[in-house]
Amino acid sequence: MTTRLARGGRLIDRGAPLEFTFDGARLRGYQGDTLASALLANDRLLMGRSFKYHRPRGPVASGVEEPNALVNLGKGARAEPNCRATTTELFDGLAASSQNRWPSLDLDVGVVNDAMARFLPAGFYYKTFMFPRPFWKHLFEPVIRQSAGLGPAPKDRDADRYEQIHAVCDVLVAGGGVAGLTAALAAARSGARVMVLDQAPHWGGRAPVDGGEIDGKPVETWVNDALQALETLPNVVLRSRCMVAGVHDHGHVLAEERIADHSPGDGRPRRRLWRIRAGKVIAATGALERPLAFAGNDVPGVMLASAVRDYLVNWGVSPGDRTVIVTNNDDAYRTAIALRQAGLAVPAVLDARERAEGDLPQQARALGIRVETGKAIARVQGRKRVTGVQVCLQAGEGAVLEDIPCEAVAMSGGWSPVVHLWSHCGGKLLWDEAGAMFRPDPVHPPTGASGQPMVVCAGAAAGALRLGDCVTDAHLAAGGDGGAPAGAAPIEAPLAPVWVMPQGAPVAMRAKMWLDFQNDVKVSDIQLAAREGFTSVEHAKRYTTLGMATDQGKLSNINGLAVLSQALDEGVPQVGTTTFRPPYTPVAFGTLAGEARGPLFQPLRRTPMHDWHEGRGAHWEPVGLWRRPLAYPAPGESVEQATRREVLAVRQGAALLDASTLGKIVVKGPDAGRFLDMLYSNLMSTLAVGRCRYGLMLNEQGFVIDDGVVARLSEDTFLCHTTSGGADRIHAWMEDWLQCEWPDWQVFTANLTEHYGQIAVAGPKARALLETLGGMDVSAQALPFMGWAEGQIGGVPVRVYRISFTGELSFELAAPAGQALDLWRQLMAAGEALGVVPHGTGALHVLRAEKGFVIVGDETDGTVTPQDLNMGWAVSKTKADFIGKRGLERPALTDPDRWRLVGLETLDGSVLPEGAHAVADGVNANGQRKVQGRVTSTYHSPTLGRGIALGLVRRGPERLGEVLEFPTIGGALVKARIVDPVRYDKEGARQNV
Amino acid sequence: MSDPVTALNGARAQGYVTVTEAPPIGMITLRCRGDVGPALAGLNLPLPGQRRIETGAGGGVAWMSPDEWLILIPRDRVGAVLAGLAGALQDVPHLAVDVSDARAVLWLEGDKVREVIAKAAPVDMAPGVFEPGEVRRTRAGQIAVAFWMVDARTVELVCFRSVARYAFDLFATLSQPGAEVGLFD
Amino acid sequence: MLTLTCPYCGVTAEETELTPGGQAHLTRFGPGSSDAEFEGYLFARTNPKGVHFERWRHAYGCGKWFHAARCTATLEVFGTYPAQAVAPPDDLIAHIKARRPGWEGWT
Repeated sequence: MTTRLARGGRLIDRGAPLEFTFDGARLRGYQGDTLASALLANDRLLMGRSFKYHRPRGPVASGVEEPNALVNLGKGARAEPNCRATTTELFDGLAASSQNRWPSLDLDVGVVNDAMARFLPAGFYYKTFMFPRPFWKHLFEPVIRQSAGLGPAPKDRDADRYEQIHAVCDVLVAGGGVAGLTAALAAARSGARVMVLDQAPHWGGRAPVDGGEIDGKPVETWVNDALQALETLPNVVLRSRCMVAGVHDHGHVLAEERIADHSPGDGRPRRRLWRIRAGKVIAATGALERPLAFAGNDVPGVMLASAVRDYLVNWGVSPGDRTVIVTNNDDAYRTAIALRQAGLAVPAVLDARERAEGDLPQQARALGIRVETGKAIARVQGRKRVTGVQVCLQAGEGAVLEDIPCEAVAMSGGWSPVVHLWSHCGGKLLWDEAGAMFRPDPVHPPTGASGQPMVVCAGAAAGALRLGDCVTDAHLAAGGDGGAPAGAAPIEAPLAPVWVMPQGAPVAMRAKMWLDFQNDVKVSDIQLAAREGFTSVEHAKRYTTLGMATDQGKLSNINGLAVLSQALDEGVPQVGTTTFRPPYTPVAFGTLAGEARGPLFQPLRRTPMHDWHEGRGAHWEPVGLWRRPLAYPAPGESVEQATRREVLAVRQGAALLDASTLGKIVVKGPDAGRFLDMLYSNLMSTLAVGRCRYGLMLNEQGFVIDDGVVARLSEDTFLCHTTSGGADRIHAWMEDWLQCEWPDWQVFTANLTEHYGQIAVAGPKARALLETLGGMDVSAQALPFMGWAEGQIGGVPVRVYRISFTGELSFELAAPAGQALDLWRQLMAAGEALGVVPHGTGALHVLRAEKGFVIVGDETDGTVTPQDLNMGWAVSKTKADFIGKRGLERPALTDPDRWRLVGLETLDGSVLPEGAHAVADGVNANGQRKVQGRVTSTYHSPTLGRGIALGLVRRGPERLGEVLEFPTIGGALVKARIVDPVRYDKEGARQNV
Repeated sequence: MSDPVTALNGARAQGYVTVTEAPPIGMITLRCRGDVGPALAGLNLPLPGQRRIETGAGGGVAWMSPDEWLILIPRDRVGAVLAGLAGALQDVPHLAVDVSDARAVLWLEGDKVREVIAKAAPVDMAPGVFEPGEVRRTRAGQIAVAFWMVDARTVELVCFRSVARYAFDLFATLSQPGAEVGLFD
Repeated sequence: MLTLTCPYCGVTAEETELTPGGQAHLTRFGPGSSDAEFEGYLFARTNPKGVHFERWRHAYGCGKWFHAARCTATLEVFGTYPAQAVAPPDDLIAHIKARRPGWEGWT
């Protein structure tokens, strides 16, 4: 059984017991435990089930590389699936549950897949569920989805908050082990701004477990001294629980800080994303131990040798009374020695090498531990936990020499440097034959904005695995001069590049040798992929799903690559690695979103009257980031009913529209007229001061991009109105041309959109309403149609434009934003007697459609010319040049067959479906019915008492009176007649009074 | 004549940094490629260098781009300053326009004000790197802002009026107690 | 995420403060241009693996457009300069040639 020893555990505080639950069982641990160490201390070895075969699994590792011990944490609004028990800090009240099992972890029905394993090899799903094709969507996929997946996604809104922060440093040290601390000290002493981040809650990495001395002090003492030294330096920032997720272009580093994972609900943000700009990144990210592939290497109780050591030294947890060590290197002997020193039995060390004469094997022998060289594990016995191992010759085919009873197996296949941060931005790797590992190729580092190297690996991450080399390397990596710390540790003999044991294992054994534990990829699957032609490492990965689980291949991708290289009879470097991509370990979506949720999800732009609209029960329409009232339904009224009422209010009385969102850009300077003549398709320079003119803006292709009314404020000043969504875009467009194409023109622009609250007062009684408030002459003589004037209304300074988008008598009042709400209120109050109501964009759309006025974005889609809109009158024939003039001359844009604007009226008076297409005879090359036009806007017109629509139809204006057919989604045909788009007050008498 | 109201009516949020909407202030955008120094001097206004903000007897001026300045003056002085600029620059192509109502101004105050700005903006807020007197135009969350430090614990921040609520909520959220980082302590 | 230094305000801005504007140093062809010239102006763009000149706007900052010379393969930034320049500055050309000896030049 796994249990807590009476003594030991450098990270736990036995004076601070904690209670937690796992699958409902109440268990106890200590402050400083991980969930995994606490579960092991309670003899809960079984922590999960594998993804595909539902095999029982215990932890194989003690850190971020753990593939098996994934659990659900928390409940409801704090539920999170797929959390690694090995990196989850224990806290009082923690509630964890196992996943991917039914009905229980101990008794899982899905394990039937395991019995079927030989019928479920790599590529099984690809090969099996291809035909008949409809079955995939309706049968195979739903069934597979039901049985696949690990933990369930949380359903409730996340109760926690998250945030981000930007930081800048000269040197960012990723990893706070002995290499990271050494590098940080060297960098900090040079005066650089240094940040040191470590993913763990404690500093020092794994060196305190492995032992040795630095500068004559035990490693742990040295670590504490180094930390103290760093903490006193003002140019150093230290953050623990902060995982460097990725290194991106130009030294952009993302790191996730776990602030309150271990103290949920304490009022702090749960996590914080650090967005760091680092001049240089020192990746002191250490190395990860690799498993060995032998039959039954996934049985609970088989762990990495380093993990066994960690559980023992860090948390005082015994993996069992008897642990067999299996290794291809000297380092694993540290585990044997540690176990023996803790009073536990090590029945044997099975060393695949022919010789084991290094300092550590000799120490082990001196402690009386039996060391067997040239030996391997033929098979692990036990199902839900290890009961023993069968020993064979490494050089043979697995003939069993001996059974050794034991409760745990500690395996070591050597170490792989954590080169992720080096590789994220293109750093190349080289294969180190002696260490049987990929390590950074110093000749090909990732480079930054200046073209100089921006990442350097330090210590074990650079392949310097021994303590002495590690700190020396880290010191040099940080540019330290002289005085590197001196590390002392036993001398180790080289490892043997053993990946599979025994060497000649038959297929039955290879089919029980796990490589990717979570995704159930075995040695036999990789060999199958190679036989079937998936010889590229990237293809073999996707075919077998090797390295595609939540640990992203940290544990054993290298083993998989080595097996593939052997199957292909190529060297490991020729096979190469798959791509290392950020994040290093999974990052919560909440962290990436930061504060951008709820009201802060996106900026909501508010007009000065926004709150008034809200109080009036406005139904909103999003327009860009603005919210505009679509309609103001009265109690019991639908949006459609309100819209009809508002339309009639404009036609029969007067109504107010909040037009503040219209873009307002002032253009001033001696060359302003010349500039606007280039920007608009029609002439603007001839506009008289005091007058307004409607204009179209085109892009160079000749297509309409915006429209609006231009008012000439003075000889050298124009105010350009843009569409509501278009102000920022058009302002940027103006600046682009001014800065880049005509920089010598004397023109200045300013975006004044938000300086004004703009109120459109429209309807036959509009003038009467303004006169009620009084303050300026708004008579037809003083302020004629398409004129503007400045003055006061109701004591508020205004500029009044006589322009109309409704076809009615209309005034647009621009008041300073800080006084616009006051003016609006005054107008509403004064209008009470006249029946004045507010109206929304819904009514506006109907009103303008009755008049045949277009909306850029409805009638246009980026491929529509002024001529298509029957607005050739707005295209100057006299100007030598304007943006879009040359584009309009292209043959396709002058083709008489182009679709052009018309009105459409259904024969039965109904409303045409939005976006409906008019069909033509015949089919196109794809066998689809030909079309000859489409609906661009469609409404019920209360004024006319019928459905009206605008549309673009081939040669439309030449075909007035023709009836077109519009199929609906249901299959029915709606017939509509082509009519003049102007359905109301064709001569414009109502707006010009 | 009605009194102008600001976008948030002087809203205030008390976190570990206090966020307050400033009372109405006069703002003029001045754009010109010529020498505006004499015109500003005539109005007792300074001419700040690149990315600087300076205050004179007549008010403050912030450098916004090589041909743009933001003049900060009492609200009731806007008309006079506009008239003064028009007179002094009558022979120089320029644009001077009242933008007082187009903007909102927030004050952020507290010992950790630097880190609260750093939570929203991709700017190095370290002491010695960003100090009072410098103007930074950038992004805060998802909106454009300009800000400067009035003193070691106060930031004045300008944004467009329509997103004043977003800006206020953003900084109020980021300065909630419990979210202290201690980055620049 | 890139950083570029705006030549107008001196700020080293990150990509989220900038908007890209495509290839730099295009010549506008308007009325009177041939179909080939106009097509080239509208649609033909270089797509080098290596040195590229491009337009950027310091949109969240001073609002100015500027040009950047950048390696599309390594993201090395050789320099930035005002958008009014009709050609890259000589010292920038020299710097690029020093960094990329095989480079064929900017036109």
